[in-house]
Amino acid sequence: MTAEIGQFSLILALIAAILQGTLPLIGAARQNVPMMKFGDNASLVQFLTVSLALVALMMAYVESDFSILNVASNSHSLKPMLYKISGVWGNHEGSLLLWVWILALFGYAVAAFGRKLPYSLKARVLSIQGLIGVGFLLFVIFTSNPFERIDPAPFDGRGLNPLLQDPGLAFHPPFLYLGYVGLSVTFSFAIAALIEGKVDPAWARWVRPWTLAAWSFLTLGIALGSWWAYYELGWGGWWFWDPVENASFMPWLAATALLHSAIVVEKRDALKNWTILLAIIAFSLSLLGTFLVRSGVLNSVHAFASDPDRGVFVLAFLIVVIGGSLTLYSFRAPTMKGGGLFAPISREGALVLNNLFLSSAAATILLGTLYPIFLDAFSGTKVSVGEPYFNATFLPLALPLVFALALGPFLSWKRADLKGVLSRVKFSLAFVAVVLGTSWWLTDDGPFLAYVGMALFAWLVASTFIEWAGRIKLFQTSFKGSWKRLVNLPRSAHGMTLAHLGVAMIVLGITASDAWQSEQLEVMRPGESSVVGGYEFRFDGARELKGPNYDYLQGKFTIFKDGDEFITLFPEQRVYASPPMETTEAAIWPMISADLYVVIGEEDGKGGYATRIYHKPFISWIWAGAIVMFIGGGFSLSDRRFRIGAARKKSVKSQTPEAVTGV
Amino acid sequence: MKIRFLAPLLTFSAIAIVMAYALFFLNPSEIPTELVNKPAPEFKLDPVPGHEPGLETANLKAGKITLLNVFASWCVACLAEHPTLMALKKKGAVEIYGLNYKDRPKAAAEWLARNGDPYTRTGMDLKGRVGIDFGVYGVPETFIMSADGKILDKIIGPITEKDLNTRILPLLKGPTS
Amino acid sequence: MTRKRRRLYIVLSGMAVLALSASLILMSFEDSLVFFRSPSDLADKPIPVGRNFRLGGLVEEGSVVKDGVEIRFRVTDLAQSIAVTYRGLVPDLFREGQGVVTEGQLNEEGTFVASSVLAKHDENYMPPEVAESLKDAGHWQPEDKK
Repeated sequence: MTAEIGQFSLILALIAAILQGTLPLIGAARQNVPMMKFGDNASLVQFLTVSLALVALMMAYVESDFSILNVASNSHSLKPMLYKISGVWGNHEGSLLLWVWILALFGYAVAAFGRKLPYSLKARVLSIQGLIGVGFLLFVIFTSNPFERIDPAPFDGRGLNPLLQDPGLAFHPPFLYLGYVGLSVTFSFAIAALIEGKVDPAWARWVRPWTLAAWSFLTLGIALGSWWAYYELGWGGWWFWDPVENASFMPWLAATALLHSAIVVEKRDALKNWTILLAIIAFSLSLLGTFLVRSGVLNSVHAFASDPDRGVFVLAFLIVVIGGSLTLYSFRAPTMKGGGLFAPISREGALVLNNLFLSSAAATILLGTLYPIFLDAFSGTKVSVGEPYFNATFLPLALPLVFALALGPFLSWKRADLKGVLSRVKFSLAFVAVVLGTSWWLTDDGPFLAYVGMALFAWLVASTFIEWAGRIKLFQTSFKGSWKRLVNLPRSAHGMTLAHLGVAMIVLGITASDAWQSEQLEVMRPGESSVVGGYEFRFDGARELKGPNYDYLQGKFTIFKDGDEFITLFPEQRVYASPPMETTEAAIWPMISADLYVVIGEEDGKGGYATRIYHKPFISWIWAGAIVMFIGGGFSLSDRRFRIGAARKKSVKSQTPEAVTGV
Repeated sequence: MKIRFLAPLLTFSAIAIVMAYALFFLNPSEIPTELVNKPAPEFKLDPVPGHEPGLETANLKAGKITLLNVFASWCVACLAEHPTLMALKKKGAVEIYGLNYKDRPKAAAEWLARNGDPYTRTGMDLKGRVGIDFGVYGVPETFIMSADGKILDKIIGPITEKDLNTRILPLLKGPTS
Repeated sequence: MTRKRRRLYIVLSGMAVLALSASLILMSFEDSLVFFRSPSDLADKPIPVGRNFRLGGLVEEGSVVKDGVEIRFRVTDLAQSIAVTYRGLVPDLFREGQGVVTEGQLNEEGTFVASSVLAKHDENYMPPEVAESLKDAGHWQPEDKK
């Protein structure tokens, strides 16, 4: 019965989406207020019906209703409850349903929070959201129906891939999708603006919170994915430049660029065309990411064609959405006049540079990701474009970006005083010297790039702090005065500072863990010890145990620091029965200064076990940095400027140079 | 000046054309051409317990068209296509041989006992070695074998109504070449 | 600063970044493409010693020898096979008769020294590249079989 309810809700949702996609649009063209307002109700109906469908599928998973093909293929009665639920989006059909649900959620959020939007703009935005929804709902209903029945029902389900039975991965897709789909709102605003032929600072102010929200979720989603790879795959790596990862990283780069270019539209009424284009590109990359990953094209072109219906649909959808919006862009963009040109040394100049680097980086990654697919399709030659390519192209673009990132916030709008700025960052240079000296003193055997990375970290942290301290006049006025300024400083300023600090933390984490990691691979017998990264690891033995839906081998390691017992770690190797598969569960002890990472492998037949031990300095800073960026995004989002009602009044007041802020 | 605004569209069009070309014209056929009309690889397998007799290459040279269905008890999609196979057997339209792929004998026997056995012969490919020789990607897959034991076609995934009508039944009616 | 001058700066900086990324791509592309080869491919189109590539096929039955943390095995497409050595823990799905993709390079003796062994597929599917290369290897003709 649940399946039928879900199925029926989806069809109702499709009808709601069709109405939402057409009536308000027509209403906006005819200036018919009731028709425009209809979008609000339609978006609510669409949200409720898709919610019902999602709940129905969840119920089917919770109850282990194996008469539904999707449940039977991806769940198992013995599975822990958390993974029964996350199994909903652990597969193609279910993840698309989640996508549609988040899309409907955002559509409804626009309707609910956008009370102050002009009727016509809001109606158009909601219609575009509705049309995207139509496309996705058609795709779900006709090619990827999660409610398809199977008769006879199997006795038990096939189970979810054990690698996916993990808390990190259970929450990874929802956050990632909140990011991907959040960009649909920005996209809808961009298309609505193109239709209206008007982009102004108010538009930028309405768009920015949505971009910020999407960006924050995307940041968190990507971080969760990489954290999962780090501890679940058992290789100690956290980023593989895997096409799947690239698919999420490209929209992130575009969203980051968009976040910054929208500031220029807001403050200087310039860069309008570019911002609109970025909004289109960011969402297009999200769509590409969703479909490339979900259609399996990334693993093999043949997956695309093995289900031609889906392939044709996806391609048609991409052509309509991306091609359509770019066509509209090519007609409408020339009519929108920008606010003129700016001086190279200015806040807006720096933001343009930021955009150039970010979009170039996204372009090189896109090329590296698509190239193997095209080469395979045309010549049958199989290549992979791996880490060497991305390191060689991405790093040279990222390093100057991080360098300039430290200076950008100091520059004032229109024309900045470079000399003044440089004199303010003198202290940063001193801090760079200290950090470099310290890392040299601790270890002088790192690669050159490692010292570049450490210098960039120090440069960015110090400069970001100085800029922030300057705003609240720390040490220049009384502490009370600084505190008052701190409280009065727009939240978005704190947000920017936090986000930039997050970047610095990530730079440190990547640099230190890559350059100074210690690794040891050897066969250990019970009782044997080895020293890695200054810690002594004693292998105490291993035993066979039974878990809820798997059997496992558990090793025990006692770790000593300076001769004292420090911690005990239990790495595992699991064997799942359904589907038959083995996974490695690394045991990780995260600390501020380093992670200890232990993996146990097979017995060698002579009483020894293959083991792998890592000492990874500062690696957890990578994810901590991402969380700080996420919090920064949240801070900015809570800025009064973006709050409903405050939007228009605030814009006049906030134009003092001191208060005008970035991210 | 105008070209500036067309550039993104042109770039995307190029990508889209390449994708469309890859999708429609490079349609990578499911079965590499070199497999068609090649004799089945040599093998000899024990039957699933209770579902004798066993299966070997010679059985595929049946003098009429036969189906070789690759299945496993742990495969849900196999269960999905099972009724189709049972219906085929009931009609007596064609003989179906079952290649049990990477399974446990007991689980396979129970599965067949519960869901019905559409197979004239079964063979257990415990390690998946024969599957490799046949180029099996995953389960289920169905090979259509000619009267003299050559591979005529291969269906990846569950047999759909469309596959049945366009790929299997016409061969059964037509001349068995 | 004149309008023209400003525009020039912006255009120039844009061009510079674009030129930088284009040259980065061109410079790194040739070296960083990692080709996929099956043992038979390798016989047809050899890859020079020291060049990174991916080798895929099946782990030959009875070929796996573990020596501490070093593991030696042969990768075969049932027509040709190549000796591989790898130092490290093999991934969860590594097994004799299973599909495997390894990345590394050939040494002077013609042994493939793997820097990583990938087996990210699940039990019922073999890596698509491997499955295809097996078909391409032409072991379909029974007379080719050993």
